[in-house]
Amino acid sequence: MKKIVVIGAGIAGLEVSKQLLQANLPVTLIEQSSKIGGNIKNYAYLFPDFYNAEDLLNSYQYIITDPNLQLLLNAHVSKIDFSKKIYNVITKDGITIPADAIVIATGYNTFDARLKEEFGYGIYDNVITSVELEQMFKKQEIITPSGKVPERIGFIHCVGSRDAKVSNTYCSRLCCITAIKQAIETKKLLPLVEIFCFYIDLRMYGLLFEDLYLSAQRDYNIQFVRGRLSEASEMIDKKIQIKAEDTLIGRPLQMSADMIVLMVGMEASDFSKQFKYHNDLNVNEHGFFDPINPHNLRNLTAKEGVFLAGTSIGPMSVGETIDHARGTALSVLSYIKSN
Amino acid sequence: MDANIKVSINRIYWSEYIKEIPRDNYFFFRSCIRQTFFPGAEQMFLNILSKNLNLNYKDDPDLTTCTGIGYHSDIIPLETVHTMVARHFSLMNESGYSNFVISCVTTFGVMTEALNMWHEFPETLEKTIENLYKTTKRTFELPKTIAHASDIIYLYRDEIAKQCIYKLINKKTGQPLKGVDHVGCHYAKIFPQHGVGGAEFPKVLSEMIKSWGGEVIDYPARRHCCGFGFRQYFIKETRGYSLTHSQVKFESMEPYQPDFIITNCPGCNMFMDRWQYVIQETTGKVYSVDGNGIPVLTYEEVAAILLGYDPIEIGLFMHQTDVLPLLEKIGVEFDKDRYLSLRSQCIKK
Amino acid sequence: MGDLDFLKVKHLHIDYDKLELDLLNKVLEEEPSFQWCISCGCCTASCSAGNHTTFNVRRISLLLRRGEIESLEKELEKCMLCGKCTLVCPRDIQLRNVVMNIKRNILKYKMILL
Repeated sequence: MKKIVVIGAGIAGLEVSKQLLQANLPVTLIEQSSKIGGNIKNYAYLFPDFYNAEDLLNSYQYIITDPNLQLLLNAHVSKIDFSKKIYNVITKDGITIPADAIVIATGYNTFDARLKEEFGYGIYDNVITSVELEQMFKKQEIITPSGKVPERIGFIHCVGSRDAKVSNTYCSRLCCITAIKQAIETKKLLPLVEIFCFYIDLRMYGLLFEDLYLSAQRDYNIQFVRGRLSEASEMIDKKIQIKAEDTLIGRPLQMSADMIVLMVGMEASDFSKQFKYHNDLNVNEHGFFDPINPHNLRNLTAKEGVFLAGTSIGPMSVGETIDHARGTALSVLSYIKSN
Repeated sequence: MDANIKVSINRIYWSEYIKEIPRDNYFFFRSCIRQTFFPGAEQMFLNILSKNLNLNYKDDPDLTTCTGIGYHSDIIPLETVHTMVARHFSLMNESGYSNFVISCVTTFGVMTEALNMWHEFPETLEKTIENLYKTTKRTFELPKTIAHASDIIYLYRDEIAKQCIYKLINKKTGQPLKGVDHVGCHYAKIFPQHGVGGAEFPKVLSEMIKSWGGEVIDYPARRHCCGFGFRQYFIKETRGYSLTHSQVKFESMEPYQPDFIITNCPGCNMFMDRWQYVIQETTGKVYSVDGNGIPVLTYEEVAAILLGYDPIEIGLFMHQTDVLPLLEKIGVEFDKDRYLSLRSQCIKK
Repeated sequence: MGDLDFLKVKHLHIDYDKLELDLLNKVLEEEPSFQWCISCGCCTASCSAGNHTTFNVRRISLLLRRGEIESLEKELEKCMLCGKCTLVCPRDIQLRNVVMNIKRNILKYKMILL
């Protein structure tokens, strides 16, 4: 029986496993944390339809009991040995798992906002990230870290994305729509709150995204300022002073807000970064794994029998990740068959 | 992933940066203007080095200007600046020192800029060597370390704290005094790696305040320029920009009611001190509740007060915004009558 | 007919076909990073000169691209070359060098016209 190892039990890894298990193939699923789900655990609701993220994750729970699945939690892959025909995936604890095929579904890290020191994250109380706001949605209660019901919130787009100063020159593309989703959810919880989004470009690339943007303006009175945050400072009442240019009027703008939310972008995972100078797998300048080509070979690496799924190749939405993972499962199946 | 949630909230990347500060044997480079504005400050630095810290320094009378004021006003060409800087280094070599310690932030900027330019464009160093030799028959070696005088006090802040007679604590209430730190722009904004804490979070002065018992105020305009800006200030027509800039800072710090401002730059010290008076005279606005204004001191002056030097000897009566309220809060004992009489001779209101 | 001022009314649209782009091309040649601006406005927001005057450092790119060289020269007089714009630029544009280049090239450009 051919053995398949899937690294990462986020939704990409779960979807690949689910598809392969359906085809009666044994799968070893390796996850570094103590639970399955990966980054989706950070989200309460998904854009553009506010679908409950937990429901989506729960739809995968049943595969855990599948007798063909071997799930390894708290396991860090430290090395992959490509020297023999059957590869060996080796964990930090010294477990060696032989593999005929390997699926890399290691996902992404969110940007460490402390690197943008001028935005004050980790320094001023009322600067939070989009991930932390999502935790507040889970509790259905929005209170600033200094303990106040906010009257005005600033959403700061492109934090750690499109920024040469932190070496992330790519667009994370999901933060724009996430900001709009979060702004609407905030408004639903706090109808009186004033919301201002500071953006460079609004990238509403999905079919229903522009509708959500329109709804944000029309139904929720969310304001959009075309200008990137230049610096944030703390005021005496713990409010955050925002400085940006309103580029459309062409003048510098100052505003105080009870809280600012940094829309942190997606970064390559630590796992892919460790392959940056590796000869066997290609990692591109942004730290993500490079598929053979981005058109019809998006799931394949140049290394035979090694496949990619989900955000290990770049920022993707939940739906795109699942689609991509299904494609990967198909590629794995035909590889196993032909060998 | 759980790992992405905040790990340690107060981690600032720059705070982990360590600047190399020499521990002894300083070649001291004076400021052009400080001795006229705040005559005791530089002397206090030297006193603290020799009397309190037992450190060795050389104060060379042959040193002249760094040309900073002329350079930033577009009067002196770059080649001249470089040749002058080279001459100072040459004098340092001659007396056998290699730790260049600078009193003025402008000079610090000029010298670090020269060093950087010589490093990035070696042809400018060649040219400087040639120019210096042609004009003075001198040669020179680059200093081993370059530090601002405030770096030295920062390095020995805890040692100074041990010797302090007073603390930055309100004697009556027992509460720590609230201090605003103002770091000169050319200290770390040109080359963050030359400043303790970098450009965004310079802590060279704030750590002194903390060590000496005070509380540091973080206000929105903390990192703003004081407004000195050589070109703006020298021409009367544009002097308003300079004043407005200082006003932005005062208005931003006012709600916190600071007890004092501490600076490490001659220009900042001068302007934050004098402009408060100008604003008071033109608009009637005073930025402290006691109607005095916020006293502005250099870090050496603060250190000297706490170490028990006589405020008159430090020359505190020369400040436009009266320092007396601060001295009273700290509870410094000195000849107040003499202080007031000297002050009435120097400062005409 | 002299008191009929019909022809004194200026066209306000930018006639791209008649633009003088020599200066832009020269500046781009010397500082290619100038091409990469996404008009995010960080430079203007952090600009010391822009806080007290009408100077808008982001707009110099637009003025140059749209051939408004006259107003550009006046505009650049307000820049103090402090370099803060370069520090905050997410596209790593060497704005300080751009300003210096434009100044230098305007000077050359004028000398050719004379």
